Amino acid sequence: MTKITLTGQLIQYLFTGVTVGSIYAMVAVGFNIIYNVTEIINFAQGEFVMLGGLIMVFFTVTAKLPLPLAFVLTVAAVTGVGALMERFTINPLKNASVLTMIIVTIAVSILFKGIAMFVWGKDPYIFPPFSGSKPLFFYGAAIQTQTLWVLFMTAVMVVLMTIFFKKTRYGKAMLACADNPEAARLVGIRVNVMILISFALSAAIGAVAGAVITPISLMEYDRGALLALKGFGAAVLGGLGSFYGAVVAGIFLGIIESMCAGLVSSGYKDAVALILLLLVLYVRPSGLFGNVEASKIKEF
Amino acid sequence: MQSSNRKALLGLTLFLILFPVVAMNVSAIGHYLDIMIFVGIYCLINMGLSLLMGYAGQISLGHAAFFGLGAYTSGILCTKFSMSPWLAMVAGVGITALVAYIVGVPSLKLKGHYLAMATLGFGVIVHIFFNEEVSLTGGPSGFSDIPGLSILGFSLNSDLSYYILVWFLVLLTLIFSLNVIHSRIGRALRSLHDSELAADAMGVETSRYKVMIFVLSAVYASVAGSLYTHYVGFLSPSSFDFFLSIKLVMMVVVGGMHNIWGALLGTWLLTFLGNEWLHVFHDFDILVYGAILLAVVMFLPDGLVHLVPRMSRVWKRG
Amino acid sequence: MNTESSPLFLHVENLQKSFGGVQALKGLSFKVSPGIIKAIIGPNGAGKTTLFNVITGVFPPNGGAIALNGMSIEGCKAREIARLGVSRTFQNVEVFGRMTVLENVMVGRHIQSRAGIISTGLRLVGMRREERQIRESAMQHLAFVGLENRATELAANLPLGEQKLLEVARALATDPKILLLDEPAGGLNTRETEGLAALIHRILEQGITVVLVEHDMNLVMDISDEIMVMNFGEKIAEGKPKQIKNDPLVIEAYLGEEVDYSDL
Ligand SMILES: Nc1ncnc2c1ncn2[C@@H]1O[C@H](COP(=O)(O)OP(=O)(O)OP(=O)(O)O)[C@@H](O)[C@H]1O
Ligand SMILES: [Mg+2]
Repeated sequence: MTKITLTGQLIQYLFTGVTVGSIYAMVAVGFNIIYNVTEIINFAQGEFVMLGGLIMVFFTVTAKLPLPLAFVLTVAAVTGVGALMERFTINPLKNASVLTMIIVTIAVSILFKGIAMFVWGKDPYIFPPFSGSKPLFFYGAAIQTQTLWVLFMTAVMVVLMTIFFKKTRYGKAMLACADNPEAARLVGIRVNVMILISFALSAAIGAVAGAVITPISLMEYDRGALLALKGFGAAVLGGLGSFYGAVVAGIFLGIIESMCAGLVSSGYKDAVALILLLLVLYVRPSGLFGNVEASKIKEF
Repeated sequence: MQSSNRKALLGLTLFLILFPVVAMNVSAIGHYLDIMIFVGIYCLINMGLSLLMGYAGQISLGHAAFFGLGAYTSGILCTKFSMSPWLAMVAGVGITALVAYIVGVPSLKLKGHYLAMATLGFGVIVHIFFNEEVSLTGGPSGFSDIPGLSILGFSLNSDLSYYILVWFLVLLTLIFSLNVIHSRIGRALRSLHDSELAADAMGVETSRYKVMIFVLSAVYASVAGSLYTHYVGFLSPSSFDFFLSIKLVMMVVVGGMHNIWGALLGTWLLTFLGNEWLHVFHDFDILVYGAILLAVVMFLPDGLVHLVPRMSRVWKRG
Repeated sequence: MNTESSPLFLHVENLQKSFGGVQALKGLSFKVSPGIIKAIIGPNGAGKTTLFNVITGVFPPNGGAIALNGMSIEGCKAREIARLGVSRTFQNVEVFGRMTVLENVMVGRHIQSRAGIISTGLRLVGMRREERQIRESAMQHLAFVGLENRATELAANLPLGEQKLLEVARALATDPKILLLDEPAGGLNTRETEGLAALIHRILEQGITVVLVEHDMNLVMDISDEIMVMNFGEKIAEGKPKQIKNDPLVIEAYLGEEVDYSDL
């Protein structure tokens, strides 16, 4: 084994950072989609990722389905979970206070966590990477091929979401709800349906994130909360509601965290993202990339 | 004090006096005394949370951190520096209040979801601190051999003595809190909950009161932490994790957050459920917790305590 | 009720406020002398509520000056302005819905009392005495607006007209020298409006200056000593009711609005 150079090490950390960061980015985008349509922060957002990972394990390892089929089924299943959550908990609670909404989504997240533990127990699970476990070497850094899958899926998500919100009828209608729900209602947009779609969509994105990251980081029932917290950090960092801001901030957060873990202390790596979150909230709640005025105008 | 509160206080006191008599004579529920001590400890925290959430309308998802700060300060000062437990408790209150103030001033400028996430983030950071500062906290495995409490040379070495101490403090705190609620300060808190705009226009220093009640609730949690430390005798970070913060909020909400009695009821119910009645569910208590919380928020948004007047009306009629 | 009563002059000079692109106040200047009823009228969106919000410190102005007896107060916090003797009601009622009617008014006594958390928590003697005074004074203010028999009801359960009266009582409880009323007659029936006119006169007799934003022209012409007319964030006329009634600019501003001048 050759000696690992400092550059090699840095590149390694960078890749790890971008990988985890992509997951934060996807969670953050999930937060934004729901927030933009409903002004609700869905505390169960991280649970979608957890469910995505564990359901993927079920389809690939337990049911032994081929990977693409397993992937599609996983995303479909979690999307359904998101839609059910909206129908049974969010939809009946029209006009509830913010405090109630926070507590409801927390309750749902606990429920999901409990169900996951009931089904899978407390052990972490893994399934094989999409394209084998042989790493690629790059300037002395070993890069898992799954990392590339994560980046690829993130890119696909960004492209698809952009097309969805810019080009499709439903996407545009959702943006209209985000701007002004009353006006949207008046021009005949069914806001109820848009809220349902927003939950389904962010669940789907969460599922994709969970499905691609599990071969790298494993997955267990209680992973959701911290993912949600960091994803929220990314969403705030990028300016709550801003789509591209979330992606950039997520990846940025991932890199910072991974550099800190590698170069400073791995124990405090989780704290770094959170301290950053607090600082941003305290100093610039409109996000690092947004300005205060712009933060009031919602945009994907 | 209002007469309904006075009656409820009297009822509670009677119950607290009778409870150990019954529990200690019926072997099947003999260990309930131990659970009741935990109920009391959590009640201390949750009275503060009730003031903060139910009255002032400010959420905190990080109160396990204040509980932990009190507990660790007491534990560390008593074992490593052989300080007197009561002095350590006061030191814990001081440190916790300071931290709560420093965190509270910027956090309480935030509203709704932002405040929830900020307090949640704070709680997780403190938990990581407990895990990582091994030389101080013993890290993930924590540390033990924390001495018990003693009062005037009489050491508290039975469950009954801790029961009396804890519930005595709960009663004092309850009376203090009820007094605050039914005063200009309580009204200021409730007014800013209903309309910050109007409260400001009436000259209420809304940001000052938010921070004040946040610090007060942290102080309650800190005292609870110190009592916990001395009763249990050992500490590890897992007792102060983020899920505890959530559970505390759950207790308050399930009981009814707009009423401090609701916080007591919810704490009592969920602690007994968690420590005793849910044992049939083994580890799956999380599932049941989630279901209970969801059901209450969806169908009984004012909490279980809201059922009490209804039931007593039915009682009187039938 | 109002024990010490040094008169308070309100001066507003070149006041500006904009929200993003909307300029709600474009350099507004006027003054309010103590002991009068001054009405501010103008079409919807003229900036009347914004003017109240800026005066009472809900948000800071973008330019200009506000002074109370020569002391400049622009940019002061709402709670500071309340302590200086300016109180208000809200166009969209902002009662404390989950508190009783009496408790609402007791909040108005907040700045006239001082018990801290320790003395309230321990119910020290001084605090108890103060609490009694708060209650008595609040009860008097309730009686003053005629809501004494509603004292124990939840504020949210009152009909709109009574909520508006409650806001007046709550504002009066702060012992203001200037009272800003934002459309107090909105949603009131004719009989209630007559009661309101009488109430405003009684408030004036207490030595409190009243600044009134109102769309009900009969009421305005009837009770005010001076009227200022605003449109698009600017003052377009100011003077006695008689002058305003015949001002061509005012009539133009109101054209298209359903204002019935026939019985003025
Ligand atoms: N908080 C705010 N944010 C953004 N724009 C505002 C805000 N408050 C007022 N405006 C705008 O400022 C302008 C003046 O509004 P304002 O409420 O002061 O009018 P008004 O004279 O009180 O009208 P009305 O008679 O309908 O009460 C309007 O165009 C309004 O949309
Ligand atoms: Mg107005």
